[in-house]
Amino acid sequence: MNKIKSLDDLRQLREGMQAKIKLRESGNNSENIVRIKVAMSTCGIASGAKEIMNFLMDELEQKAIEAVVSQTGCMGYCYAEPTIEVTVPGREPIVFGDVDKFRAAEIIEKYIIHNELVDGILPVNYRSIDN
Amino acid sequence: MADYKMHLLVCGGTGCNASDSEQIRDNLLTEVEKHDLNDEVQVVMTGCFGFCEKGPIVKILPDNTFYVQVKPEDASTIVEEHLIKGRKVERLLYKDPENNEPISDSKHMEFYKKQVRIALRNCGFINPENIDEYIARDGYAALAKCLGERTPQQVIDEIKLSGQRGRGGGGFPTGLKWEITSKSVADQKYVVCNADEGDPGAFMDRSILEGDPHSVIEAMAICGYCTGSTKGLVYIRAEYPLAIQRLKTAIKQAREYGLLGDEIFGTPFSFDITLRYGAGAFVCGEETALIHSMEGLRGEPTFKPPFPSESGYLGKPTTVNNVETLASIPVIINKGAAFFNSIGTAKSKGTKVFALAGKINNVGLIEVPMGTTLREVIFDIGGGIKGGKKFKAVQTGGPSGGCLTNSFLDTPIDYDNLISAGSMMGSGGMIVMDEDDCMVSIAKFYLEFTLDESCGKCTPCRIGNKRLFEILDKITKGLGTEEDLSRLRSLCKVIKDTSLCGLGQTSPNPILSTLDNFYDEYLAHVKEHKCPAGQCKSLVKYTINHDKCTGCTLCFRNCPVGAIAGEKRAPHTIDNSICIKCGVCYDKCKFDAISVS
Amino acid sequence: MDMINLTIDNRPVSVKRGTSVLHAAAQVGIKIPSLCYMKLEDLNIENKPGGCRVCVVEVEGRRNLAPACCTDVAEGMVIQTHSMRAIHARRTVVELILSDHPTDCLKCAKAGNCDLQSMAQHLGIREIHYEGEQSTFREDTSPAIIRELDKCIRCRRCEMMCNEIQSVGALSAINRGFNAVISPAFEMNLDHSVCTYCGQCVAVCPTGALTEVDHTGAVIRALSDPSKTVIVQTAPAVRAALGEEFGDEPGTLVTGKMAAALRRLGFNYVFDTDFAADLTILEEGTELLNRLTAFLGGDKNVKLPMLTSCCPAWVKFFEHQFPDLKDIPSSARSPQQMFGSIAKTYFADKIGVNRKDLVVVSIMPCVAKKYECSREEFSVNGNPDVDFALTTRELAQLINLANIDFKSLPDEDFDHPMGESTGAGVIFGTTGGVIEAAVRTAYEVFTGKKLDRLDYTELRGMEGLRHATIDFNGLPIHIGIAHGLGNARKLLEDIQQGKSHFHAIEIMSCPGGCIGGGGQPYHHGDAEILKKRQMALYREDSGKPIRKSHENPYITKLYEEFLGAPMSEKAHHLLHTEYFDRSKS
Repeated sequence: MNKIKSLDDLRQLREGMQAKIKLRESGNNSENIVRIKVAMSTCGIASGAKEIMNFLMDELEQKAIEAVVSQTGCMGYCYAEPTIEVTVPGREPIVFGDVDKFRAAEIIEKYIIHNELVDGILPVNYRSIDN
Repeated sequence: MADYKMHLLVCGGTGCNASDSEQIRDNLLTEVEKHDLNDEVQVVMTGCFGFCEKGPIVKILPDNTFYVQVKPEDASTIVEEHLIKGRKVERLLYKDPENNEPISDSKHMEFYKKQVRIALRNCGFINPENIDEYIARDGYAALAKCLGERTPQQVIDEIKLSGQRGRGGGGFPTGLKWEITSKSVADQKYVVCNADEGDPGAFMDRSILEGDPHSVIEAMAICGYCTGSTKGLVYIRAEYPLAIQRLKTAIKQAREYGLLGDEIFGTPFSFDITLRYGAGAFVCGEETALIHSMEGLRGEPTFKPPFPSESGYLGKPTTVNNVETLASIPVIINKGAAFFNSIGTAKSKGTKVFALAGKINNVGLIEVPMGTTLREVIFDIGGGIKGGKKFKAVQTGGPSGGCLTNSFLDTPIDYDNLISAGSMMGSGGMIVMDEDDCMVSIAKFYLEFTLDESCGKCTPCRIGNKRLFEILDKITKGLGTEEDLSRLRSLCKVIKDTSLCGLGQTSPNPILSTLDNFYDEYLAHVKEHKCPAGQCKSLVKYTINHDKCTGCTLCFRNCPVGAIAGEKRAPHTIDNSICIKCGVCYDKCKFDAISVS
Repeated sequence: MDMINLTIDNRPVSVKRGTSVLHAAAQVGIKIPSLCYMKLEDLNIENKPGGCRVCVVEVEGRRNLAPACCTDVAEGMVIQTHSMRAIHARRTVVELILSDHPTDCLKCAKAGNCDLQSMAQHLGIREIHYEGEQSTFREDTSPAIIRELDKCIRCRRCEMMCNEIQSVGALSAINRGFNAVISPAFEMNLDHSVCTYCGQCVAVCPTGALTEVDHTGAVIRALSDPSKTVIVQTAPAVRAALGEEFGDEPGTLVTGKMAAALRRLGFNYVFDTDFAADLTILEEGTELLNRLTAFLGGDKNVKLPMLTSCCPAWVKFFEHQFPDLKDIPSSARSPQQMFGSIAKTYFADKIGVNRKDLVVVSIMPCVAKKYECSREEFSVNGNPDVDFALTTRELAQLINLANIDFKSLPDEDFDHPMGESTGAGVIFGTTGGVIEAAVRTAYEVFTGKKLDRLDYTELRGMEGLRHATIDFNGLPIHIGIAHGLGNARKLLEDIQQGKSHFHAIEIMSCPGGCIGGGGQPYHHGDAEILKKRQMALYREDSGKPIRKSHENPYITKLYEEFLGAPMSEKAHHLLHTEYFDRSKS
């Protein structure tokens, strides 16, 4: 890892990274990759987020769906943990709550593969300062 | 397999559900089927949209149409007009309260997104264990800007201009705090991040450290630059293992990138951070007690002044900032003081994170602009009261705060309003109570907490709180008198007036605010020896209604103390001299024959 | 000078910056009641936790009441010390303390001397509005100190003395909230801790939570046993303080009345520890000269400085904390123990009484002396050299019990032979006194010359750490003095690091020396009392016909008849001791 020695170094790194992150922000990307973020704070993990994350990875691999599953912090929907955010290329990101293995399978099968919505969508009800 | 062109999202939140949203869904399904749209349109129930005031809600994708106050009979109109003819149903659209113009696209509905995330901007968005993702979101740009383009005083001025106040509870202006430390002369100064979150039900600091640790690290470095400190310390509870682990990872990554360590960004400024673990004493959230704990001494407060900004850790000038306060700093630098200042009320700027808990549907972590009303937080974001029960009170500020009633629901939340309402901001715990909660018991609960957490140094907090608790205990047991109520109030005032630190100075708040707002409930306990909410065990009585009792013996078999007697197939009775009011019989009875009074 | 102007109770006040409201008010005759606060002026002892909240006052513009003891004055401050609000709060706070305090005042050891009792009286508390559960703790009895923490008001004075002043670290706050209390670590007993029994915690405790073990009953029993010969010795510092218990001004010397009272109490012989102090000087002084001569002669086995060993708390302190230095202090026993040893051998033979029928009682300004006489090495076949050590306060109690009107007593003399002493023995009771007494003898013995002056004022005073260089006929002798174990620690650390240049060091555990001992009449935070006691001892010294220990004729006789010479084998056996490593116990 190179040290960041100046503001320019930081800018360069940021721009490189932003392209990658942009995928998440807009959801409009040409890359044909499904992105799933699992909320993994203490409360999420306590309600089973780790198992869900592992399950999602296994399932997606089995079904040969190209996807990136990553962890993130608390989304704030503590009443509906575990929560995951799913971004299918070309569609807006959708947050699902109370995801157990059954529902995780359902989300892959119905939403990701067949673009069918399933129950338990959590409307994102906040503004981020970047918007 | 169907390839849906449209999705109808019906709000399945408790509020909307109570207003027949299931019927709406069924009707929509019937209409869709009737028009043979099954393959093109999908109807789903969703979680709460957080706009229960205008529920039930139906949202249509992909065009983001947002219908409010939909009735089951509107289903056919929606399907025929919107789905088939492609015309929006104007009368169901939300109308802008400013100009009464209908708004169709929910993206333009300001109120809909009542939350504004500054401190939580990256929580649930980036991978907290990947510094690159933080950098991609303008991470460390604020630090670079400060080091490269501004003098410490300019940065302090910016923070001062932003109007940010400490989010830990006290509400002291952050910029001013930094300035005092920066003007103190010493060979070594310290930046301390107070991550000793201890309010019952509050977890915003943990969530920030778990979800976005770099924002705190960056802010500490900025603070170090401004105040002339080269050493940062994070005082974090040992019972936050995940936060500790993520923070450690983040510090390591920042060091590898040279964002911590010597000569950051090639400037003469050096800064590094170490962790200190707290053993979970609530009073160690008080900054002087926190500092003593870090020094290896007994965690108890000392009289201020001197303030830590002048004489703190190891007697050196020390800036102590809370996690949430720090997490907002990079935004203030990046977006400017004016941006932050534009959010909020006259004396409280920016946003505040709250941990919603209690009898509320959407328990969770939220961040709203200062000035948002309690009603918006509880009903719109929180989705209202669980089980459709009636709202009774909301407790803010943890054990230091008070219980606010209905009449405060439209009070804009800020530091000063909450204090004048008899509560306080505190660290942001918000516990909602419904009609089933006994306010005397609630006050007792908080007192018990303070009693456990008092350090025992000063008389009023050590003994006074014990006496308050004893009086409350007496009242909940039906042994109180009206005189006890006046003694309670009088002692509360002395404890507030004479205690050494913030813990004791605020510990009577839950009692005072409930005395003010629920005096009748106290009176019922002492005069009629009744608990209106039916929560105080000593005051309730279980009886079996002989008309409903079938003599199934289920209650008899489950009673742990043998207080129930009766023959098979004959009505049973409860001996109240034996009954311990555990409520098992009440829960077990299948015939609704047992009543509580 | 940087002066601050403020108003207290409508009166203009002008005081130095940095003054507390409590002291500023006192300057204009306003005495704000305070409880936990304590300051011993000039001794650098201040207890200021701001914990009791009795001294709260109303400061205009402040939301809450402010504790006068830890609030510094500020320009333009307007303070009301007796507004309704302040009085109500103050009384409520005291009521709260009383609500968690046993109401056994009538039979409490501290009755009449209790700061809490006085405060309740001062504020006219007639009713406690907030009765409730009281915090209770296990009583802890040690050889010298009783801890009865039900009576503790958490003023933290004992903790401050034990840690900041004495650096012993036996006592600290434990537990939280209502159950917070001051205790040795892990709530162990005091006798399992590093406590030195210096008794400074007892000296400053405002209530009956910390008291000395009471031996008056045992002494009365001995006095009324016809088969026993009971003799008494009185430590030098007692005569300068005992009168306070009977209403005398601090600093009043009551040597003669004390001897009269002891005789009336029924002691068969009334002796003086000062005699043993003179004996100590001969033993310790000789040891110093021997070590000095050997050291100067290049003997590498001899270590300097030599430290005094009269103080039992100090002995226990270095046994716990500096066991590696245990061969540095003089091996001489303390005067109390030298007295006991001589009494039960030389004197018992003289009067033909069997050792076990001779009871030796000592009157000491000290609680550690109780512990000292219980040390195994100071007994023969289970019979202790000193049977009972009473404090000055216990003696006053005995005098009262015996219906003696102390003030009307005539002055009487001590008995012979062990009642004869010199001025050098008298000043053993104050910091600097032991070393001054030693210098008077050592100089004359070492140089063979007569001293032309006896008052070594350079060795006197109240500074915690003092040093002086005395010219021994061209040989500069460097002397260090410490009182308070925290000060002693600094000198010991210097020795450990090889930085000490002293030849001899005097150490006393208590602030001011024995005059400020834990067994003395309570000073209630008034350092003037200690200073007056100190002056009294110097007065007694200068009024004595003989002021050098080696000129005490009875000491000379003791050597001639019994011991032979200082440091003789017999002297070594009877008057010297050894020390133990207690760091692991």
